Amino acid sequence: MSEHPTRAIPAPTPSPESQAFWEAARHEKFVLPRCSACGKTHWYPRAVCPHCFGDCDAWVEASGTGTIYSYSVMRRAPQPYAIAYVTLAEGPTMLTNLVGCDFDALRIGQSVRLQWVATEGGPPVPCFTPVE
Amino acid sequence: MTIRNRAYIVGAYEHPTRKAPDKSVAQLHAESARGALADAGLTKDDVDGYFCAGDAPGMGPLSMVDYMNLKVRHVDATDIGGSSYLMLVAHAAEAIAMGKCSVALITLAGRPRSEGGMQVRAGNASQPDVQWEYPFGVTVANAYALCAMRHMHEYGTTSEQLAWVKVAASHHAQWNPHAMLRDVVTVEDVVNSPMVTDPLHRLDCCVISDGGGALVVVSPEIARSLSRPLVAVRGAGEAPKHTMAGGVDLTFSGGRWSGPIAFAEAGVKPSDIKYASIYDSFTITVVMQLEDIGFCEKGGGGRFVSDGNLISGVGKLPFNTDGGGLCNNHPANRGGITKVIEAVRQLRGEAHPKVQVPNCDLALAHGTGGLLGTRHGSATLVLERQ
Ligand SMILES: [Zn+2]
Repeated sequence: MSEHPTRAIPAPTPSPESQAFWEAARHEKFVLPRCSACGKTHWYPRAVCPHCFGDCDAWVEASGTGTIYSYSVMRRAPQPYAIAYVTLAEGPTMLTNLVGCDFDALRIGQSVRLQWVATEGGPPVPCFTPVE
Repeated sequence: MTIRNRAYIVGAYEHPTRKAPDKSVAQLHAESARGALADAGLTKDDVDGYFCAGDAPGMGPLSMVDYMNLKVRHVDATDIGGSSYLMLVAHAAEAIAMGKCSVALITLAGRPRSEGGMQVRAGNASQPDVQWEYPFGVTVANAYALCAMRHMHEYGTTSEQLAWVKVAASHHAQWNPHAMLRDVVTVEDVVNSPMVTDPLHRLDCCVISDGGGALVVVSPEIARSLSRPLVAVRGAGEAPKHTMAGGVDLTFSGGRWSGPIAFAEAGVKPSDIKYASIYDSFTITVVMQLEDIGFCEKGGGGRFVSDGNLISGVGKLPFNTDGGGLCNNHPANRGGITKVIEAVRQLRGEAHPKVQVPNCDLALAHGTGGLLGTRHGSATLVLERQ
């Protein structure tokens, strides 16, 4: 099977605490929140650290590499798509889509790298594609 | 302080409809309430506590006590998704034990079949997770599929093993005249049904039905004054589980936490249970919950459910003898209340004779609401006939 076209992705609705993330996304810069109190990162991004309740007011650029923790190809959609959890090299596991690949060749544990995908009228969202 | 033997389920009613385009949601709630109160031998004027969850229309308990014209002194509308009603039985027992009410009514109803089934839900933009998940097309089915895929990877669970859950449910549903799907199916039927979202096939998924249900929970004094069999709330546990700040672990559900709490309070262990209602939103849900609440070891759920082990009269753990959500009914996309209702039928000896468990005096009802693969609420009840 060949590569699947990417389905139309609805725009995320930024909140006050996520503005910086989506602003960076517009420049295709993938950032993670970092807590100024405990130094840890987390996902999804919050202004109040979910580890220690400190302030997460710093953003650090992520490597954009990770591995597939789990995935599922939605076959009953007009345009099939692959939802996935990807564990980032920095630690957190995030919900995302796998794109630009043969869905039937996907497997858990595969290495992936970041690929921004445009949305309908909003900032691009961080998706991932398998590394050959 | 414990709720053990401090409250009894005396009324249980499952609305017979599976498609109700001509009824309102509030009406289905009230018709279910009427059925459960009649079952108990009580009237609406006896109710002094009302319990509902996210399916209740309008302002939940306010809209519904107004619609039903109830005069109550205690309300609770805690929502943890489709398992809420298992938890609300425990909350009702707690309120009764504390003297806050003595006749608690719990209702559920909804019309997802008439209103268009399950969609990708945009949710409320103020819901903090929505912007991080909705763009990626998370649905109910693929959020459970993510767990199934990981379970297969970690433990070697197979589609054929998952299929056995549906096969067992179908064996039970054939005896339920109200069940949506009454045909007995085979493992081959399940694995050959169309793939919805890998690795879940159409027959791994529960039905979409309109309907409702209600329960009446009362104090020991009132229970003994009625003519219904005594079904005691012996133990309960509840536990939310979520994405753990990015430390996602799809290999277990909140049942790992809610189950031991319920068993400890009840003073029994899984091997004492004679019948189990297990929330079957999808086949994988049953497999993971059985592991988590201790009916088998982690990773052994696929083997445990195989070869008819969940079929009444055949296997070691008869489950969902009404046909469950997979075959019978999943009103409002919330299967919690029907889990309690069938457990009550079993404990009373009122299940269909073809599926009634002999001498069923100890039963478990357990559920997982919300999305197993993102955030969900688990609730466990241990019920006893006395
Ligand atoms: Zn911190």
